[in-house]
Amino acid sequence: MASKKKPTLAVWKFASCDGCQLSLLDCEDELLAVADVVQIANFPEASRAVKRGPYDISLVEGSITTPHDAERIHKIRRMSKTLVVIGACATAGGIQALRNFTDVRRYVSAVYAHPEYIETLNKSTPIADHVFVDFELRGCPINKYHLIEVINAYLNGRKPNIPSYSVCMECKRKGNVCVMVATGVPCLGPVTQAGCGAICPSFNRGCYSCFGPKETPNTEALAGWLHALDQRPDEIVRAFRGFNAYAEPFRKQSEAYEK
Amino acid sequence: MKSKTIKVDYLARVEGEGKLLVKIKDSRVTEAQLAIFEPPRFFEAFMRGRHFMEAPDITARICGICPVAYQMSSSYAMEDACGATVGGQLRALRRLIYCGEYIESHALHVYMLHAPDFLGYEDAIQMARDHGDTVKQGLKLKKIGNDLMIALGGREIHPINTRVGGFYKAPSKKDLQAFIDPLTWALEASLATVKWVAGFSFPDFERDYEFVSLRHPDEYPFTEGNVVSNKGIDIPINRFLDTFEEIHVEHSTSLQARVIERDDYLAGPMARYANNFDLLPKVAQDAAREAGLSRVCRNPFQSIIVRAVELVFACHEALRIIEQYEPPDTPFVPIEPRAGVGHGCSEAPRGLLYHRYRINDDGIIQDARIIPPTSQNQRAIEEDLRLFVEKNLHLSTEKLTWQCEQAVRNYDPCISCSCHFLDLKIVRE
Repeated sequence: MASKKKPTLAVWKFASCDGCQLSLLDCEDELLAVADVVQIANFPEASRAVKRGPYDISLVEGSITTPHDAERIHKIRRMSKTLVVIGACATAGGIQALRNFTDVRRYVSAVYAHPEYIETLNKSTPIADHVFVDFELRGCPINKYHLIEVINAYLNGRKPNIPSYSVCMECKRKGNVCVMVATGVPCLGPVTQAGCGAICPSFNRGCYSCFGPKETPNTEALAGWLHALDQRPDEIVRAFRGFNAYAEPFRKQSEAYEK
Repeated sequence: MKSKTIKVDYLARVEGEGKLLVKIKDSRVTEAQLAIFEPPRFFEAFMRGRHFMEAPDITARICGICPVAYQMSSSYAMEDACGATVGGQLRALRRLIYCGEYIESHALHVYMLHAPDFLGYEDAIQMARDHGDTVKQGLKLKKIGNDLMIALGGREIHPINTRVGGFYKAPSKKDLQAFIDPLTWALEASLATVKWVAGFSFPDFERDYEFVSLRHPDEYPFTEGNVVSNKGIDIPINRFLDTFEEIHVEHSTSLQARVIERDDYLAGPMARYANNFDLLPKVAQDAAREAGLSRVCRNPFQSIIVRAVELVFACHEALRIIEQYEPPDTPFVPIEPRAGVGHGCSEAPRGLLYHRYRINDDGIIQDARIIPPTSQNQRAIEEDLRLFVEKNLHLSTEKLTWQCEQAVRNYDPCISCSCHFLDLKIVRE
């Protein structure tokens, strides 16, 4: 490695809880090995050392919610050879995208005496609405082993191997009894992308879709099932309005039940 | 006339986005700000209209580093509103998952975020080149905390298994007994951590803080008890808002808390320790004494020792709970919603976290209020900066800047938490 310069990695934060970038520090067994092959050039949560860009890989956490951030993401894109966005905030706008279904000024004026001072965008939007994104890694939070896989893939010039099928596939493989069929618990597993290891059904509860819509989800059919389980329309709306509320298939489905 | 400005535009090794600014003129600090520019996320607004059972899952997303704290404070608040109590082994399991969060969060802060300051490294990865075994010990300790959260919560960040009323699924005896060996190692490693950090050199700096924390009659506090201080506060949780208030400052997207008609206060490890030393297990008390700590520690730079003592406590407490564990008959107490107001308070690793909700008969949230630890500590941090800089003007700007950063990191601030609020930076030129 001595003759070759290490590729550089940068981590950036927008509106988020920090959990997805924490996933990198949660790779307790892999962190020092990762630091052996990449130079962690800009990761404020972990280091006060900052190397100037450009960077080989940028990991971006969080959604765009302010005019300042809407500009900052363009600068980051220009400095990054590969830009990977991590987590539900960065891929779908996150839980803070619930504001997108109302007028954000109503939130503000309900509580603040001086709404004219509030500088925020009306919507919380994913990074791909603003700049070209090389890869979207889903989850609230992301799966840390996925993160290692994505970094590994880009270091080796290949496509990340991340599943796009549903949580049901993982759930069946684990040998779980279907919570919805067996116990009538509402579950978003059939329309949700795999990645978590079907943890909620494994703990006897329904999936609430941390990983957002799978490829070609049939949300309409699932909403019908939820209805058959005596879920009221307002409950169905809330089910689709979670951490990936603004992902298009979920947004459309919740809006269909809001009418 | 000499003026100087100390400025750090993006604070590192803290969670979230903040900067610090200290202005000095004629040997006086004219301004000391911990400016928080993290974008607000409006949690309290969009909680309205959500179902009360969703509160632990949604509020966990305020913070990826202390999600269990959010899950516990919100669950207790909802149970309070519905007139329910969760006791016995379910309560013990709640303390156990909190032990996991303490071990993970404190090991992260002590080894990876704070220790590099004392040893002159910019991060733990640099530090690992010279202190490889120590960093590996810290990572292993952190991992045991995370593993405990995975076993009880399903995953380490935003666990899915806790709920209003208890858990979705209770672990088996065997599940938990698998932790006896790792935790026994972790207890020894924590004791070694106390010794290690006690050997650092600390700036000579003390303040007469008002320490605010929970206090429970029988146990070192996690989730229950009164809110107390060393300056006379002793109130039930539901009187929190009568005693503390939040004020707007212009340089922050976070509100700042203070004792009503009094001043700043300190929450977190040093406060818990000062108010509850007598409730620590003997092994933790002895470790503290050997490290040279008295029953009260007033030097914020030594909070790293107190955190290490709490690591000892968390490992010891986890072992105690596991040894006494019998699986409960049901994993949760059924909770029926009723119209009312509920309050919940728990001790996040970085300090007191207060939640209050009003719900209706259908369990729909009408109103939410959340006061996280970092907004409570923000004034104390700024006051520390002011006094510390005035005492240390002889230092070079570079050294003073680094020590100011360190003075902020003393608090393990969780900036994402602090600005879940409905306000934003106001600049009036």
